[in-house]
Amino acid sequence: MHDKIFINYTAKDRSNLIALLQDVQEIYGYLPEDALLDVASFIGMPLASVYGVATFYNQFRLTPLGKYVIRICRGTACHVKNSNNILFALETELGINAGETTRDKLFTIETVACIGACSIAPVISINEEYYGRLTVKEIPKILKKYKKEAQKMNESETQSVGA
Amino acid sequence: MIELSINNIKVKAEEGMTILDAAKSVGIKIPTLCHMKDLFPTGACRICVVEVDGRGGLIPSCAYPVEEGMNIDTNSRRVKTARKTIVELLVENHPQDCLICVRNKNCELQDLSEIYGLREHRYAGEHKDHAIDISSASMERDPAKCILCGRCVRMCNEVQKVGAIDFTNRGFTSNVTTPFNKGLNVSDCILCGQCILVCPTAALREKSHAKEIVNSINDKNKYTIVQIAPAVRASIGEEYNLPLGSNVTGQLVTGLKRLGFKKVFDTNFAADLTIMEEGTELISRIKNGGKLPMFTSCCPGWVKYIEQNSPELLPHVSTCKSPHEMEGAVLKTYYAKKMGLNPEDIYVVSIMPCTVKKFESDRPELNIEKLQDVDAVLTTRELVRMFKMAGIDFNDLPEDEFDNPLGESTGAAAIFGTSGGVMEAALRTAYHELTGENLQSLEMFDLRGGGGVKECTVDVDGMDVNVAVVNGIGNVDPILEEIKNGQSKYHFIEVMACPGGCINGGGQPIHQKPEKIVKRVQALYEIDEKAKHRMSHENESVKKIYKEFFIEPNSPKAHDILHTSYVNRKAILHTKK
Repeated sequence: MHDKIFINYTAKDRSNLIALLQDVQEIYGYLPEDALLDVASFIGMPLASVYGVATFYNQFRLTPLGKYVIRICRGTACHVKNSNNILFALETELGINAGETTRDKLFTIETVACIGACSIAPVISINEEYYGRLTVKEIPKILKKYKKEAQKMNESETQSVGA
Repeated sequence: MIELSINNIKVKAEEGMTILDAAKSVGIKIPTLCHMKDLFPTGACRICVVEVDGRGGLIPSCAYPVEEGMNIDTNSRRVKTARKTIVELLVENHPQDCLICVRNKNCELQDLSEIYGLREHRYAGEHKDHAIDISSASMERDPAKCILCGRCVRMCNEVQKVGAIDFTNRGFTSNVTTPFNKGLNVSDCILCGQCILVCPTAALREKSHAKEIVNSINDKNKYTIVQIAPAVRASIGEEYNLPLGSNVTGQLVTGLKRLGFKKVFDTNFAADLTIMEEGTELISRIKNGGKLPMFTSCCPGWVKYIEQNSPELLPHVSTCKSPHEMEGAVLKTYYAKKMGLNPEDIYVVSIMPCTVKKFESDRPELNIEKLQDVDAVLTTRELVRMFKMAGIDFNDLPEDEFDNPLGESTGAAAIFGTSGGVMEAALRTAYHELTGENLQSLEMFDLRGGGGVKECTVDVDGMDVNVAVVNGIGNVDPILEEIKNGQSKYHFIEVMACPGGCINGGGQPIHQKPEKIVKRVQALYEIDEKAKHRMSHENESVKKIYKEFFIEPNSPKAHDILHTSYVNRKAILHTKK
């Protein structure tokens, strides 16, 4: 099923595992179960061991990312500026924990060690946009903006399909 | 030879030996947790650390080879403190429920806590919050009790080569589990239970059927019958501090009668029956050009393995039910009719050295008119618990005989419990069936002992019959590959999932030492040597059952009752190949 990826690797060589997983994640944005199964049989390793490696490294995800990835900085400067409260507010507002994706697949919350914008702490980024000197109060408004945007895109899509 | 000093004792050690083994050779015991004999050391738990002169840090003795002139202290204050701290950290992380734990008084963590004198809780450790995996029919997995020594993982991956479980996640969230944490029932697991035998705590354990059995015994409308597998009689004595390899068949029968079972039968009877059926099947496959090589089907772990990994080879597996299922089937047909019992009232319990037998007894293929052949399976360990609760002590228990007619057996059946035994028993009878004579020597020493794949060739009426015995499921893949490539020279292959056979089954008493297994095997061969009859076709009760009921081996009736079919599980499960 994933021959396009496998063509670059020798079969039954377990040293290729991490590179293969990276390639799979490149395509899907996460590691789907079936892909892991294919990787396991290509590489000749038990699925349990492949799963073990995939869960060991932070770079690998086992669930798809949402449309909007919210990265919240948990670095020192942001921590001093109460980024913990921001995280809590985001989690409560979206009803998910950090590392998870909402059921409508719109939002994913990820914590990041440092975004590198300490001067505007506390800071979050949503896809490519940054929000600095953030307060808990602003969060519902920001999320609403993205929800609206997603809705609009949805509507235009259905219209174009209809036309 | 290398000379070194351990605790000021001069030690001569061979090059390449570990410090642990060198210390052991002069009677110095170093505690271990993650260490497994004959496997490459991981040095993960650090409980075996020692101090070596001239080295800064403490050194894990299980993973470090001896060097000339080494000066080692296994007992220094620093070593003891380090070990104690490791135990304390493990204990604080572990549920504090020893009193109600199934491994109470048989737990390596508990032993270490005692040895290092833990008397207070110095660290208020956070506890792991994991659900217990009860999804499989045979086993329970309780990750909260896991101390991450990795012995089960190595048993599963390196010895059995099944690869159902592995370490997942990292740091405090580390967990030994199945792919996607989905539960054993949908994993590659064949439920052999070898992981239970190596688990230092109760993180892996069998699923108990004891309650159902007690309920059935107490139910006046039920006729509860029990049967005992060959391997149980050679191992259960260990739990009562009897000498290793004591044959306690007589005491077992008395004990089971005292527990309240109406009848106590011997699975060995059905082992003889299996030989008649399987031997006849083999002869007919050879004569009529059936699928060869033929595999034995006594081991449900092996059957599950081939169903999951190589279902295309299932036609090679003998269609015979395993002995205890045959016994159950005969009890609910022939015996019920003979005794005027309603088969629905009969409750058949098997005492097995095995965890997969629990799964096997639930298989929908193993029934007659919607009645399961066997209703419940107890492992050797669970039986000991029942005996203890009932106040039955083997040390002063009189001996008793099996009930008849399903209690008679030959020496050939007794050796079913050890790797190579089924093959030896089958050859004795098949040779006789084909030539009308007995084998020159009934003992086939090529098929005994501990090798991974044992083989021999028997000359039957000028025809060379090649047989092989696969000892442990980890050795079976090359044999399967050969067959897939059409290069197999064998006619008949026995496969036992557990290394050593049933005698080392996943349901046997824990704390395994290799010498224990050897003694248990000796006990079985002794039963065979002393037996009046040593070939299955000489079993009078078996002869009688064919005369009265089945007519002849592999008759249509025998096929209905004593044979089964298999399932392609590769289609159902995510499997490795």
